[in-house]
Amino acid sequence: MTQTPLVDLRDICLSFGGVRAVDHVSIDLHAGEVVGLLGHNGAGKSTLIKILSGAYQKDSGEIRINGELADINSPRDARRYNIETIYQTLALADNLDAASNLFLGRELTTALGFVNDAQMEAETRKIMARLNPNFKKLKEPVSALSGGQRQSVAIARAVYFNAKILIMDEPTAALGVHETQMVADLIKELKAQGLGIFLISHDTREMLDLCDRVSVMKNGALVGTERVEDVTEDDILSMIIMGKNPKKAA
Amino acid sequence: MTDTSTDTTPAAPKRTLIQSLEIDLRLLGMIGAFAIVCITFNLLTEGRFLTPRNIFNLTIQTASVAIMATGMVFVIVTRHIDLAVGALLATCSAMMAMTQTTWLPQYLGLELGHPLIPWIAIAVGILTGALIGAFQGWLVGYMAIPAFIVTLGGLLVWRNVGWYLTNGQTIGPLDETYRAFGGISGTLGEFWSWIFGLVATAAALWILAASRRNKKAHGFPLKPLWAEGVVAAIVTIGIMGFIWILNSYQIPSRVLARDFAARGLEVPEGYSAAYGLPISVLLLIAVAVVMTIVARRTRLGRYIFATGGNPDAAELSGINTRLLTVKVFAIMGALCGLAALVASARLANHSNDIGTLDELRVIAAAVIGGTALSGGIGTIYGAILGALIMQSLQSGMAMVGVDAPLQNIVVGAVLVLAVLIDIIYRRRTGAG
Ligand SMILES: Nc1ncnc2c1ncn2[C@@H]1O[C@H](COP(=O)(O)OP(=O)(O)OP(=O)(O)O)[C@@H](O)[C@H]1O
Ligand SMILES: [Mg+2]
Repeated sequence: MTQTPLVDLRDICLSFGGVRAVDHVSIDLHAGEVVGLLGHNGAGKSTLIKILSGAYQKDSGEIRINGELADINSPRDARRYNIETIYQTLALADNLDAASNLFLGRELTTALGFVNDAQMEAETRKIMARLNPNFKKLKEPVSALSGGQRQSVAIARAVYFNAKILIMDEPTAALGVHETQMVADLIKELKAQGLGIFLISHDTREMLDLCDRVSVMKNGALVGTERVEDVTEDDILSMIIMGKNPKKAA
Repeated sequence: MTDTSTDTTPAAPKRTLIQSLEIDLRLLGMIGAFAIVCITFNLLTEGRFLTPRNIFNLTIQTASVAIMATGMVFVIVTRHIDLAVGALLATCSAMMAMTQTTWLPQYLGLELGHPLIPWIAIAVGILTGALIGAFQGWLVGYMAIPAFIVTLGGLLVWRNVGWYLTNGQTIGPLDETYRAFGGISGTLGEFWSWIFGLVATAAALWILAASRRNKKAHGFPLKPLWAEGVVAAIVTIGIMGFIWILNSYQIPSRVLARDFAARGLEVPEGYSAAYGLPISVLLLIAVAVVMTIVARRTRLGRYIFATGGNPDAAELSGINTRLLTVKVFAIMGALCGLAALVASARLANHSNDIGTLDELRVIAAAVIGGTALSGGIGTIYGAILGALIMQSLQSGMAMVGVDAPLQNIVVGAVLVLAVLIDIIYRRRTGAG
């Protein structure tokens, strides 16, 4: 691909105290592409994408969006670049209902500037009808929802606001087989609409199925990035475990 | 729907009376507790507790703590605490007392009794509260010092700043217009109290109708019409009944005679007048309405509750939680200023011990009213009801002749019990 990437992370570093959570990592993402991030627990995947979503500030390196240097210092900044994130920890306010969570930070308001709960609820019904037709608990606080239902709220929040760049950190970790399939279908649909998606998962087979390219991290560093058609599941596993790219070594 | 792993909506939802009315169960419980307290004391005092006079006194004794309790809801909902409210009230009261008796007359040359004096003094008091509150909020939000510590320090600091402002002296008498905010010396009178009742009822009914219209417009399920009717009737009877009770408290004839004599007149034959709605209670109602709107209908309120529910989620949603903390404490401070107005106006002077132990009453009111110390949950009306329950307990016990130490033991026990009941209730209903 020679066109300018949608997202270009270059030489990103971030340390927590003495721990190098992200160590000179460079990754890019194109429109209509799904790039998977793999690696052991604590490899630095979540930290890397949190830098892109504005939750953490990088120590060094640069972020380019559509080729232009982007200054992302807060989640608010990331939203301005149409970056939406589904966090591993879901990041929902448990005491609020689905609609309040979906619109949190971007409430619809009436002409007088008051929050318009009725309209937000109606919008939530609409998007939920598309994403998860079984979702009925609109009035209850999300603490009353199952893990999968909470997940659909988090996904709905990312999808509703016309994201161009979507970050999904283990979106299927809490889901049953059926719901996992729904998320997979959704990812394909969004990809077809031209979104760029960063996907994090520990399920290697699922990743090979959904992603165009996969990047493997270990101890904060990038082991390698490969097109899925060029590698086998075993290659990926050995990259994760050994921290070496078998194709490069060969 | 055969898929049991997902939501199951019962085919024919059986609705109980309370469900159809969509009344908050917790609210019902608190009203029940309040009713039990009132009826018990009424029996023990042989009917002296539920007289118009005593109810009037209860409302004016509750106003100051209730005003602060609405602000404490926001503080506790965002997982903080404010132990300095009583001390801050004293500082605001001292500022207002000094402004009207000393500073304005001495430095601006406004003579005592000048019509601008009370209003400038009130503005100074509220501003003082808001600024000190904002400062404490800044220490909590931006400097990351726990609110418990900041306000524990504030408890000592502000009470004694108040002391220095007045050199430890009691300041009074306060301006007459100013004193009208305190209670018995400032009431609407019978006619205007009725007018207020009518306007309030009309507004409440309009809100009910508007909310139904709004639901209909979005195609949401509606309550049955009879249920709306019942709710409307309860609201109407509640408001008008309250006004009727206050309007039944007649001004004693010797007070009337004194008032007329002051104007060089005599009381006409058969003349009587009622106190009606105290201005301090009117102020409390206004605060309650505004704070409820803020909590439910504004982004600020939404962010307060979201931050309380999950601070990380709020932060990741782009909410500036540090600035939010400053705002919450500033609101609390401004309300301390308002409460200081009501409290010092009621006493007709400023004394150094004003508001002592109010922090405990205010926190207890919020907590009894269902505000969860773990954050994210609480209502304005609950806190006001909580304040009313606390005050009723205290006044009732005083009327029955319970010793002061035992009164405090009971109030302390009730606070712990209320929280226990709340925890059990939440566990049962699975909420929060
Ligand atoms: N807020 C933090 N403070 C200190 N250290 C952190 C913080 N967040 C992450 N780390 C450390 O950074 C490293 C990378 O963590 P990260 O959460 O990015 O891993 P991950 O690849 O997402 O793992 P998992 O698969 O378990 O989600 C770990 O060593 C972790 O302990
Ligand atoms: Mg992670």
